[in-house]
Amino acid sequence: MEILLFDKIFLIVIVFAVSLVIALYSTLAERKVSAFLQDRIGPNRAGTFGLLQPVADGVKFFFKEDIIPSHADKALYILGPSISMITALMTSAVIPWGTYITFSGRQVAMQIADINIGILYVFAVVSIGVYGIMIGGWGSNNKFSLLGALRASSQMISYEIAMGLSIISIVMMTGSMSLGEIVSQQHGMDWNIFYQPVGFLIFCTCAFAECNRTPFDLPECEAELVGGYHTEYSSMKLGLYLFSEYINIFISSAIMSAMFFGGYNFPFMDQIASPNLVSIIGVFVFFAKIIFFIFFFMWVRWTIPRFRYDQLMKLGWKYLIPLALANIVITGTVMLIKYQFFN
Amino acid sequence: MNNLLFLLLSSVSIISALLVIFSKNPVYSVLFLVLTFFTLAGHFAIFLGAEFLAIVNIIVYAGAIMVLFLFVIMLLNLNKESEPTTPMLSKISAIVAGGLFLLVLFAALTNQINAPEALNSKAGDIGMVKKLGQVLFTEYLLPFEISSVLFLSAMVGAVMLGKKDLKQG
Amino acid sequence: MEHPEISAFGNILLFIFGGILFICLVLFVGRLIRPRRPNEEKNTIYESGEEAVGNAWAAFNPRFYVIALVFLLFEVELVFLFPWATVFGQQELINETNDNWAKLAVVEMLMFIFILALGLAYAWKKGFLDWQKPATVSPTVGNSFRKDLYDKVNDKYSTIKNNS
Repeated sequence: MEILLFDKIFLIVIVFAVSLVIALYSTLAERKVSAFLQDRIGPNRAGTFGLLQPVADGVKFFFKEDIIPSHADKALYILGPSISMITALMTSAVIPWGTYITFSGRQVAMQIADINIGILYVFAVVSIGVYGIMIGGWGSNNKFSLLGALRASSQMISYEIAMGLSIISIVMMTGSMSLGEIVSQQHGMDWNIFYQPVGFLIFCTCAFAECNRTPFDLPECEAELVGGYHTEYSSMKLGLYLFSEYINIFISSAIMSAMFFGGYNFPFMDQIASPNLVSIIGVFVFFAKIIFFIFFFMWVRWTIPRFRYDQLMKLGWKYLIPLALANIVITGTVMLIKYQFFN
Repeated sequence: MNNLLFLLLSSVSIISALLVIFSKNPVYSVLFLVLTFFTLAGHFAIFLGAEFLAIVNIIVYAGAIMVLFLFVIMLLNLNKESEPTTPMLSKISAIVAGGLFLLVLFAALTNQINAPEALNSKAGDIGMVKKLGQVLFTEYLLPFEISSVLFLSAMVGAVMLGKKDLKQG
Repeated sequence: MEHPEISAFGNILLFIFGGILFICLVLFVGRLIRPRRPNEEKNTIYESGEEAVGNAWAAFNPRFYVIALVFLLFEVELVFLFPWATVFGQQELINETNDNWAKLAVVEMLMFIFILALGLAYAWKKGFLDWQKPATVSPTVGNSFRKDLYDKVNDKYSTIKNNS
């Protein structure tokens, strides 16, 4: 019992550390990728290739003065970024990072909690992600912040429905809501993307909207709203907001690759004899997929311009939701036909 | 260990439920209500094994209904200064209605004194989504389909309300 | 600890505690080492360099509230769909009932989704899903300015036709 608890705590610390390091280096990657796409060099002063830049930024967050506006609601002002950060971190508890590693006779699962409703848990955490932004934006008592928070929350709730509907089509196919189960069913090259391309498209679009990334970054579009919901924030609290955005990108990349791109599965994995080697390679494969999606997030940022607000609502309600409903109906019908004729 | 956790969760849920009533600012009330729902979901998931119920509790109550509440409170700016004074009559009727509700709850709960046993015996099954799905789609099929009609009527109601709001605003 | 799910949710609780601890630590360390020199100007609310007028906590467009209402309805319907999706493709159930289960489940769900889509269509048709654009008000002038004459001239000589 004690050993198991220790394993879990160890894993939790590792997951936290990895999420934070990836979020830190995503900020650098964002700047480097932007520079690459715009034919610039990007940050290159702190360390070779600017590798120490994120560390410098992090240190700066600690040393900057923290300004709390005198008219703001102090408690909510502090609560906002904290909630954002916690909800961003919480999702990683159910992601299966790999299968099992066996050492000294013990099997250690590389997943913190394999609850059998993992997808619903992710969905629940996404649905409470609205609070961090709303509370922070409202608590600052700034008009720009409130507008940004309102936009963010109504955008997030609009895209949540389409996201849930696209998850349902996956659950229909796998018959399970546990993420561990869903990933292990995509053994080898049997990935869900080949069966649910439309579902993936919807899910991916919604993930962009939930992360408030371009082309859905209306909540913080600098041309209209200064800084959006974090206009009044400074120092570490701003850091928490920015960090939570990058952690969200990391987590949604992880969920996308786990649900649609086979997670830790890779082709020809049966040909490797040692199960430990397979799971170690699997972790690396999973992270390669995640990093690809993080790059994809940044790529899209410099490819697609920002939507107008009515376009955003139109896309969410009039295209994605009917499309997702149709996807469910078609999936159900195809599965029925499959059972009727190919059994 | 489990007792300690139970005490912790229960005390947090009771204290936050009380704070819902006693906070001056309605936004704080809503946030404490969200916290209450969370601790209740914790009870469902950890002690009753009803993890589906727990997550649905969070998704629907904390993630949707409370967001709606927060929108209304933030958007209509219901704070102390703008709040109209409540007439004495509605205060009295509120007390009477609340008292009656308490009576109903009390009566209902005294009859259900065996509920924990019944829950314990089923604890393994009750939360399992597959079981729930099977029961929902065989035994309770008619109520399920009728509930969809209820949703439709609720949607129509929402649209009517929205239209009214838009005309005013 | 006899139930496996209990410990799984316990782990999640542990995870949440870890997250809270981390945030407290970060904010506390930041508090210790950062400077603190507030002044009145610094603590004002940013409003493009002007002095802030009024309070941000004012009444807003009810459209946002309406969106939240429709969202709530869809969310509840979504929650109903999840148990269905898990039992829908179960092989044992299908074999037990001679394929009838899958047919039954699909028909049931088609009905449910149809009614759901009906609600969406109703909201759509009522113009509920269109984001309201503010009406453009052209300013009126109090003199005997004849706009129609100007429009006529503009129409005649403009090569680029207006789309509207």
